Amino acid sequence: MYSVVKAEQLADRVHELVVKAPHVARNARAGQFLIVRVDPDGERIPLTISRVDGDFVRVIFMTIGATTYRLAELTAGDMIQDVAGPLGRPSEVPRNATCAVVGGGVGIASCPIIAKTLKAAANRVIGIIGARNVDLMILEDEMREACDELFVTTDDGSYGRHGYAADVLKEVIAEEKVDYVWIIGPAIMMKVTSEVTRAPGIRTFVSLNPIMVDGTGMCGSCRVIVNGETRFACVDGPEFDAHQVDFDRLMQRQRIYLEEEREALKHHHEHRCGCSTGAHHG
Amino acid sequence: MAERSPGERILDFSEVDSGFTAEEARSEAERCIQCKKPACVSGCPVGVDIPRFVLAIAEERFDEARSTILEANLLPSVCGRVCPQETQCEGACILGKKGRAINIGALERFAADRGEGEELGTLVRAPPTGRRIAVVGSGPAGLTAAAELARSGHSVVLFESLHEPGGVLVYGIPEFRLPKSVVRREIERVLALGVELQTNTLVGRSITIEELLAYDAVFISTGAGLPSFMGIPGEETNGVYSANEYLTRVNLMGAERFPAAGTPIRRGSRVVVTGGGNVAMDAARVARRLGAKVWLVYRRREDDLPARRDEVRHAREEGIEFVTCASPVRIHGEPAVTGVECVRMEMCDLDESGRPSPRVLDGSSFLIDADTVIQAIGTSPNPLLVRLLEGVQVGRRGNLVTDENGRTSLPRVYAGGDIATGAATVILAMGAGKRAAATIDADLRDAPAH
Ligand SMILES: Cc1cc2nc3c(=O)[nH]c(=O)nc-3n(C[C@H](O)[C@H](O)[C@H](O)COP(=O)(O)OP(=O)(O)OC[C@H]3O[C@@H](n4cnc5c(N)ncnc54)[C@H](O)[C@@H]3O)c2cc1C
Ligand SMILES: Cc1cc2nc3c(=O)[nH]c(=O)nc-3n(C[C@H](O)[C@H](O)[C@H](O)COP(=O)(O)OP(=O)(O)OC[C@H]3O[C@@H](n4cnc5c(N)ncnc54)[C@H](O)[C@@H]3O)c2cc1C
Ligand code: SF4
Ligand code: SF4
Ligand code: FES
Repeated sequence: MYSVVKAEQLADRVHELVVKAPHVARNARAGQFLIVRVDPDGERIPLTISRVDGDFVRVIFMTIGATTYRLAELTAGDMIQDVAGPLGRPSEVPRNATCAVVGGGVGIASCPIIAKTLKAAANRVIGIIGARNVDLMILEDEMREACDELFVTTDDGSYGRHGYAADVLKEVIAEEKVDYVWIIGPAIMMKVTSEVTRAPGIRTFVSLNPIMVDGTGMCGSCRVIVNGETRFACVDGPEFDAHQVDFDRLMQRQRIYLEEEREALKHHHEHRCGCSTGAHHG
Repeated sequence: MAERSPGERILDFSEVDSGFTAEEARSEAERCIQCKKPACVSGCPVGVDIPRFVLAIAEERFDEARSTILEANLLPSVCGRVCPQETQCEGACILGKKGRAINIGALERFAADRGEGEELGTLVRAPPTGRRIAVVGSGPAGLTAAAELARSGHSVVLFESLHEPGGVLVYGIPEFRLPKSVVRREIERVLALGVELQTNTLVGRSITIEELLAYDAVFISTGAGLPSFMGIPGEETNGVYSANEYLTRVNLMGAERFPAAGTPIRRGSRVVVTGGGNVAMDAARVARRLGAKVWLVYRRREDDLPARRDEVRHAREEGIEFVTCASPVRIHGEPAVTGVECVRMEMCDLDESGRPSPRVLDGSSFLIDADTVIQAIGTSPNPLLVRLLEGVQVGRRGNLVTDENGRTSLPRVYAGGDIATGAATVILAMGAGKRAAATIDADLRDAPAH
């Protein structure tokens, strides 16, 4: 059992948990994730390690289904059944280069730890974070601190620049030579945004989020197609060369359990909190 | 031994039979002629003193039967249920030459299932040696090695990446063949010897290689969990599973109780399983219990099926349809499976294993209308840790190469079980764990403190 030491809502449907998990914290690096199982009947779900402080790890997640809603109900002092990790390969860290770190929506959660790691390796780091609207914007302060320069956008113009992260990225690479780009967000955002760096041939990483079970390479649930080959995102990734990823296949496989997920969410709301509307609560 | 009817048992995940009653066990044990040179023992990879424990059962000294088995085998309730006895102890039993071999597996299960851990007192622990040993992976090989090393007085940490110890015993083999409560009880016996278990810990990530090599010795038993896919078109389609994924969702995660348990599984109504081993039988029978009509497509002939004899019989009784001498070539459907195209195979000359090797019969393709496909065509050694161990000698199939005593090419690093042999059996993994533990113990006693 692992104790929750902090639980907070950061934005609309976006929550933060800090958990005491020394075995995960000790060797965790940027780009890696952990797997949580809330209770003995819980599903194992992967979440990016968003920050590490001593024995503590932070995750930030959006409530979309039964497990994330369940996680959002936890408060400081509660226990989580299992936390496994760190899992996956750490981000590749260049030195003395110019890097852009682009986060979309809840994907911004993964960005400060990468930006900080890149900064520590003497890179110039440009941050670009985008959300649908102002109510979904997170971690702006942390990103501002970790990056040499930060751009903030919202799709509806309710905060920062009006537009998409991809638009800003386009301008940035037109203005200065960027050597490496990280793009982290929903699959469709990663697909669209990574097109920006394809023609200029900028090395670009995306962090893939297929459905996982064990996270240790033994089930193949997380298989993705990269450069025409089958790879297991949990051990070969989660970061891959953006320009070789088959995003359409990824998005197709993310939808395998749509019906079951709806059923699970309904079950969750009926059995845990009594609000059968399916609306979020925070 | 009363087996539940197929119609009843496909409705739940409880065991197929309830094992011997005391009377049945005694009368079966009495048939043993107590050979002076018992062939059965040489057929058992961990050398259980079979005549002695069988005699104890015949004389109704059941506790003694259990402690006799435990001297050689710390997971007897598991082994009694899942060992391929027909090719091991029972296959060697002298009575089998003319008539019916002693049902050693069922007797072992009977003796082992009785009693609640009071036999621990009979397991002697040597005085502490002050040596620290890391065992990586808590399947049968790791559990056995950890127990033996603890009995020799070493302090042992057992690392497991999943949230529950047991390896394939908990994530692979289904409840109706091996109840989780049985596995848990046996694991508790191992832990009670003083083994420290650390779950949720993936060695190579949670623990670095340097940290691992800081132990006085390391035993690697990470298994052969990497699933193979056939490499045919359509494999990325929704509804195509590896057997490992399908079985893990149910056995480890309880998906049959979804949504009460959080992990979903496709409740396909028409399922094709490819393969012919224990894994394929298990996947097919799980799918059947989830309510599907199931076809098992196997490349060779019925007689060639490598699964345990009983499992093939049980699968057939439960209505699994065997499509032999056939092989899938394409999975149809987008985005989800709608059918599996197969071809007929012709059995030709014998291959190196002495079995006829299958060859595609031209123009023989046919379609099975299915919504789920489970591939159970094999697994290979887990590559993660192997790749991180710089300079270690690796075999052709990605296995760790060891000598017959479990030593790898790196000093103080030992390995055994499926990671060394490729996918094999529970009892072979246990035998390897036991041999390696003895080697480690001997090597450490010879070596100065690390
Ligand atoms: C390496 C990795 C890192 C991730 N990091 C984060 C993160 O930092 N913050 C965050 O909010 N989300 C993250 N995700 C996604 C997160 O795991 C899913 O949102 C979560 O599993 C949904 O569970 P649920 O029960 O609440 O919803 P469900 O109802 O189960 O699912 C809703 C949708 O989430 C996706 N999903 C479902 N199960 C899984 C699963 N086991 N693994 C991945 N996706 C799934 C599917 O697309 C599904 O349609 C990450 C995923 C991966 C693979
Ligand atoms: C479905 C199925 C049915 C089977 N049926 C039978 C049967 O009826 N009879 C029989 O004799 N055999 C059977 N087998 C084979 C048998 O289960 C295996 O041969 C045996 O379990 C191998 O034991 P092991 O200890 O080597 O590895 P495993 O049981 O595979 O255990 C390895 C463990 O190591 C863990 N691990 C891996 N990497 C790491 C790491 N880096 N750090 C920490 N932990 C790690 C894994 O999570 C796992 O728990 C079956 C196998 C399957 C899959
Ligand atoms: S451990 Fe397995 S092989 Fe050995 S006697 Fe028992 S059932 Fe037979
Ligand atoms: S070979 Fe058969 S009959 Fe002989 S001791 Fe072993 S079990 Fe008994
Ligand atoms: S999640 Fe099982 S192999 Fe990646």
